[in-house]
Amino acid sequence: MEFYRLKNNPGAVNVSDIPVLEYDAFTEQTLTLLKKREHHAVDYFTTCTGNKLRFFILIAGDDTHTIYLYSHVQDRNVKVLNSLTAHHYPMHVFEREIFEEHGILFVGHPWLKPLRYPNERADRNAAMSNYPFYTIESEELHEVGVGPVHAGVIEPGHFRFICHGENVLHLEIQLGYQHRGLSGLFASSRNMLHRALLAESIAGDSAIGHVLAFSQAAEALCSFIPPSTLQTERIVALEMERIAVHIGDTAALCGDVGYQLGQAACEALRTIVINTMQDWCGNRFGKGLIRPGGTNFPLSADIAGHIMEKLDEVRKRFGNAADLVYNNTGILSRFENTGTVSLAQARHLGAVGVSARASGLKRDVRASHPFQAYTEMKYSPPALDTGDVLARGYMRKLEADISFMVIMKLLDTFRESGSDISPKPDYLMKFKPETLSVSLTEGWRGEISHCIITDETGEVLAARLKDPSIHNWTMLALAVRGAEISDFPLCNKSFNLSYCGHDL
Amino acid sequence: MLNELKVLSDHGRQYISDLRNKPVSERFRGRPVISGEITSNEIKEVSAMCPAMAIDSRCGAIDLGKCLFCNECALMLPQRISFTNDYRISANRREDLIVRPGQTSQIRPGEVYIRKEVRHLFSKALKLREVSAAGDNSCEMELTAAGNVNFDMGRFGIEFVASPRHADGVVITGPVSENMAEALKMTYDAIPDPKIIILVGTDAISGGLFAGSRALNRKFIDEHTVDLYVPGNPAHPLTFINGVLDLLGI
Repeated sequence: MEFYRLKNNPGAVNVSDIPVLEYDAFTEQTLTLLKKREHHAVDYFTTCTGNKLRFFILIAGDDTHTIYLYSHVQDRNVKVLNSLTAHHYPMHVFEREIFEEHGILFVGHPWLKPLRYPNERADRNAAMSNYPFYTIESEELHEVGVGPVHAGVIEPGHFRFICHGENVLHLEIQLGYQHRGLSGLFASSRNMLHRALLAESIAGDSAIGHVLAFSQAAEALCSFIPPSTLQTERIVALEMERIAVHIGDTAALCGDVGYQLGQAACEALRTIVINTMQDWCGNRFGKGLIRPGGTNFPLSADIAGHIMEKLDEVRKRFGNAADLVYNNTGILSRFENTGTVSLAQARHLGAVGVSARASGLKRDVRASHPFQAYTEMKYSPPALDTGDVLARGYMRKLEADISFMVIMKLLDTFRESGSDISPKPDYLMKFKPETLSVSLTEGWRGEISHCIITDETGEVLAARLKDPSIHNWTMLALAVRGAEISDFPLCNKSFNLSYCGHDL
Repeated sequence: MLNELKVLSDHGRQYISDLRNKPVSERFRGRPVISGEITSNEIKEVSAMCPAMAIDSRCGAIDLGKCLFCNECALMLPQRISFTNDYRISANRREDLIVRPGQTSQIRPGEVYIRKEVRHLFSKALKLREVSAAGDNSCEMELTAAGNVNFDMGRFGIEFVASPRHADGVVITGPVSENMAEALKMTYDAIPDPKIIILVGTDAISGGLFAGSRALNRKFIDEHTVDLYVPGNPAHPLTFINGVLDLLGI
């Protein structure tokens, strides 16, 4: 096996230390590594220099807490490669992306379709309006198109159902409406603060998860180790984001089945969490709080006390509300066995995050590749095994409970130790030249990864931002297979995937 | 039953009775105040630093239609620039979002620029169709929150509806991507006349960080008259609600 083994998260490696394999050897090694259940592909992407394309792959070893890195190089005008997806399905989004951007045909790929119609696509004739939907010829079947504009105040995406009566035989999801060219702007940015603001906009509901991933990737490029107070602040913020969204999603699930008490109570509890975030940093979504090298909003004993007091109240009240929700037979009858994704399916699709854990797939960066204050904790992720809306909903309760505990523990330590004040952000940090950094965080949806590659002067040559949603959209499509189409909103809400995070 | 009562009593009264004057946290960043004493060198320095290019390099004015409220300018020049927690910063003219050095006056939609039919037809009920056109989902979540148990804008007859056919106007979030341009136009066209346009969030108002991106198509925004600009990153529910109430004269 030829790979570079990255042992830290975040970690950095000399680009020249990343092995370049022949494509056949690359394929063989990738498929061998991915056969192991504890391994999964974090990312697979290309960078372009001169007339060469370099393809980097990152494979996470969950049991060994490492990331395996290696690559292959092709001429820029390469037109055909054998598909990895044909043998390992989770690679499908990455190969679709490369196909769309560079026009490379992956032979054996079962579903080589456009992914997000980026502005810089190889085939300018490919247009949102002529997406090649899968169809079935039959007089008994009909198609239902939903979106891009949906009934609620949510992001745009198009869902095409093939139905037999009320039952869904197949759902195909067309995305791309949210493409803003963010990745391109990020890679060409020459300003650290500007990059941080872009990272906060990748997905507004995961602003903290993403800007933390970016800050880590930047810090790894100049060997900055965050002091322990800064690590505490970052994890408290990340877990507050998780609590807010998990409670908000519980409210939305209640709303989708018409249970108003649960919806109203949880909406109000989410408000307390995000208003507490606003008391800390002036923004309900935590924008502005996390920055490379430091923070503009260091914790004080007062703020730590305020957060603990508010969150303790929310914890108790959410516990009561969740008891009510998950003991209500009407709700259980709607949540149970709805939108089921089995463990085998989740594994086959390469699912990540809270949705994967609801199906029994215990993949969690906090445990497998601990970062910041998690390096000092033995985090053990909870999991359920039914993989239905009930499991995805109840996971929110289980995870929020753990987040409360983590925050209380960190803030207790902070208050007792009379910790130092965190440094100010450093927007002028100098990156090591010709280095690739990898940073993972566990956002509330799942595994976020950011990579930054520098050139010989230490400027950013390429950057790669990945939102966990990209792994999980196919899970939603499978969840509604065989279900009644009227269950779709509930299933969609139980995953709550990011459209803009996918369409970078 | 007892559990229900427990949750209800914990829940208490969430409703904010006075949405016009509800105090928000001191650290919330709303309307900025720029000292009239700011020097031309300071202006040059701070405008070059601003990652959103929201500060005029000649006069030092901050354009809230471009500002991301990141607070870095106030940290750079704490004696000259500060962000107050005044969240009532919606306006109906683009130029009214520009805050000049020495300006301490509040920002309000200008009465004379409000079309007559808007108040005549919509002041008792305003139904809106929201279109997220490459928004990052933070403004969208704040707009949803504007209707929740805390902010409850429904009390004024203001709410979001599913069908553009039932709507009196469109609320746009996001910088408007090329891939969403047609759907936005179709949604707007499906709304019966007369109708209003509200832009929510910095991305929608100016394109924000994405203003230079080739993946955008802001033709729709450029070609239509906007009735209300609601700045923020994301816009606070109180900024949105107060802006709409001012527009409707409630």
